[in-house]
Amino acid sequence: MSQNSAEHDFPAVDLQQLVKQLSYILADDSVLYQEEDLRPYECDGLSAYQQLPLIVALPDTIEQVQKILQLCNKINLPVVARGAGTGLSGGALPYEKGLLLSLGKFNKVIEINQQLQTATVQPGVRNLAISEAVSHLGLYYAPDPSSQIACSIGGNVAENSGGVHSLKYGLTVHNIQQLKIVTIDGELITLGGTGLDSPGYDLLALMTGSEGMLGIIVEVTVKLLPKPKYVQTLLAAFDDVVNAGQAVANIISAGIIPAGLEMMDKLAIQAAEDFVHAGYPLDAEAILICELDGIEDEVTEQVAAIHTILKQSSAIEVRIAKDEQERIVFWKGRKNAFPAVGRLSPDYYCMDGTIPRKRLPQVLKAMEDLSKTYNLAVANVFHAGDGNLHPLILYDASKGQLEKAEELGGKILELCIEVGGTITGEHGVGMEKLNQMCVQFKAAEISQFHALKAAFDPKGLLNPGKAIPTLHRCAELGAMHVQDGKLPHPELERF
Amino acid sequence: MKDKNISDQLQNSVEQAIQTKTKLIIKAGGSKDFYGRTTIGKELNISEHQGIISYEPSELFITVRAGTLLKDIESVLAENNQMLAFEPPAFGDKATIGGTIACNLSGPRRAYSGAARDFVLGTKIINGQAEVLSFGGEVMKNVAGYDVSRLITGALGTLGILLEVSLKVVPKPETEITLVHQLNIDQALLKMHQWSIQSIPISASCYYQNQLTIRLSSTEKYINTLQHLIGGEVLTDADSFWHSVKEQSHHFFDSKKPLWRLSIASNSEITSQNDDTFYEWGGALRWVKTDVSQNHTAEPLNGHISLFRSPIKRNDTFQPLPKHLLQIHRNLKQAFDPHGIFNIGRMYQQF
Repeated sequence: MSQNSAEHDFPAVDLQQLVKQLSYILADDSVLYQEEDLRPYECDGLSAYQQLPLIVALPDTIEQVQKILQLCNKINLPVVARGAGTGLSGGALPYEKGLLLSLGKFNKVIEINQQLQTATVQPGVRNLAISEAVSHLGLYYAPDPSSQIACSIGGNVAENSGGVHSLKYGLTVHNIQQLKIVTIDGELITLGGTGLDSPGYDLLALMTGSEGMLGIIVEVTVKLLPKPKYVQTLLAAFDDVVNAGQAVANIISAGIIPAGLEMMDKLAIQAAEDFVHAGYPLDAEAILICELDGIEDEVTEQVAAIHTILKQSSAIEVRIAKDEQERIVFWKGRKNAFPAVGRLSPDYYCMDGTIPRKRLPQVLKAMEDLSKTYNLAVANVFHAGDGNLHPLILYDASKGQLEKAEELGGKILELCIEVGGTITGEHGVGMEKLNQMCVQFKAAEISQFHALKAAFDPKGLLNPGKAIPTLHRCAELGAMHVQDGKLPHPELERF
Repeated sequence: MKDKNISDQLQNSVEQAIQTKTKLIIKAGGSKDFYGRTTIGKELNISEHQGIISYEPSELFITVRAGTLLKDIESVLAENNQMLAFEPPAFGDKATIGGTIACNLSGPRRAYSGAARDFVLGTKIINGQAEVLSFGGEVMKNVAGYDVSRLITGALGTLGILLEVSLKVVPKPETEITLVHQLNIDQALLKMHQWSIQSIPISASCYYQNQLTIRLSSTEKYINTLQHLIGGEVLTDADSFWHSVKEQSHHFFDSKKPLWRLSIASNSEITSQNDDTFYEWGGALRWVKTDVSQNHTAEPLNGHISLFRSPIKRNDTFQPLPKHLLQIHRNLKQAFDPHGIFNIGRMYQQF
């Protein structure tokens, strides 16, 4: 993937001088600047984008973060924050002339409050590690992105991560109570609080999903839930994806909100089956995995109701996991769908559009057509319950197919916007979806985003060039995307 | 319910206000006039801007114009066995969804289902430059751009005029039961914490004068088991009771004294007299009626205090913000409303 041209201009900084200044704040081994030391930081989970930073800082106290930011603010040095580096949109891609602030050393659980059902943790704590730390109390942290073994909570907040259970339990924004952030001028501020709301604007929500553009998250207090007493999972096969989509609508219409409701299409089913042998029906065009949790009587009742709905929605087969082992097998294929698809092709590119559920058949058909036009296979994995699609475009970079894959991906996202959806449900815009932001938002909206950013970071030092495109970029792109003779941004001067 | 779009008219009014340097007071039904600081300016009424733009029960969202009456929305949802999960208080027949979202007020179900802000999926607004802008959308998951919709929620109209809002809606519970226990406050708080950890499907709780009242929401079949598990006496006129809590028509609220709202950690110490305090949200929301000025000292209370209703002129209604946080608020106000037009001083004197 081609590196995007720098959209900001910052003065060059003398590296030796910077190393010296950082040595007053951090131990020598916490400042990295030799090329071989920088290499591990050159990309996040979207490895098609690569860039070495000028320097990496590894603080382990909030005071150090404050001092680093004060220094960066003073010398106009861009800062990119990084947690576990598992993001899928290039949000933690280093800035060439900037400092990469790794929060990996912030890996401690600070406090668990059983009575209030909260855990206060440092941002580098892994998502799953929170649930593990409170498991003995019968509690857990609900959002479960598929990278939960590795991804850190700071990154989850920065991206507003979801997961397979967000249909019932919400996204990160619904499951956090307080944040401590350091602003670009080095001030430590607390957002949210121990009560259920806080005075002033809802900056806790604003910070969630802001992709490291507004401040550096240095502490997170999450809400914990009691572990469900009883979990039951159904697997249904369909010979037509339209029926599978209708089944999802029928379940929701019946007033049932499952804990998870996932769909896979034929190519994804086959890939998963070849990889983990989950026993998925290979003759199916689509399968649904539906999970219910809660108290046994309630769940049993809902499982029976859903079984009936699935049958009425023309499912060709419905299985109910007979024990925990079978339940895990049902999920195994879904949870390994990405690596499974990865075995089919040298490279794959994961998209993240979200659409109104009723548009699913239409979008699937259009994606099939696009796949043929571009001659690249697309495997589909969805969080069907909340309309979040993860089409996986299969390509071979060594055959020069990357650009074609990116273009196809862009078309799929534009399709999502067209049907009333969005270009990203949970992975973020990062470096990757800047062009599609120009399609989803008007110039005035983009300008409002920039003004909002400037309220926190007037010099634009935090994660420059990410999440929100410049108007210049949108105008240039608009010139390439003339459709039906209409320019998307007629109000802008063309460059 | 009317179906009328007055966006253009509202946009013109904002353009004029910019030109004539006129401050505007955004108003609809006026049911929440009592809330927040008093503000000056020319009234801009959005009540006419009404109608449901999109509602599909199986998609679990509704998009409405801001002037639509809350009661109209609730009755349309009820026809489809759905509801607003945050159980918003109306405080009057003329309450609109715009005012509800601008105030981010949530009722008894809030502690168990979430606040208004948790169900906002998208908004359309007019900012202080008379631009019509859309943020978020109608889908459950959306991380494209900053979450302006949730920033607007609870901003008391200081950042812009709300034109439309898309909300997530939820199915109504199959059945509900309300149970009453005679307990002292310490026992009551303890019980609520215990039930919470046990996954008991509580959907509302309140405590006043040694009575803990709990509402449970579940399936027809399971509710009896729950009743057995929790114990207590069944309250027969439960709907009207919870309505009186939500709308503050309960006799506790019938007072000339200022009403303070404490939003604090649910296990916070008991600091006030029994008869003067009404507890909700498992102890996380406490209403205190007293003439004694609460001096907004949040720290020892683990939360914040606001003056919710007052018979006299209100000055410091909300908990003062720390210096740097206040500066960010002012910057954000400047970013959305650079000419300083909308609801100046409604939230804080400084903006």
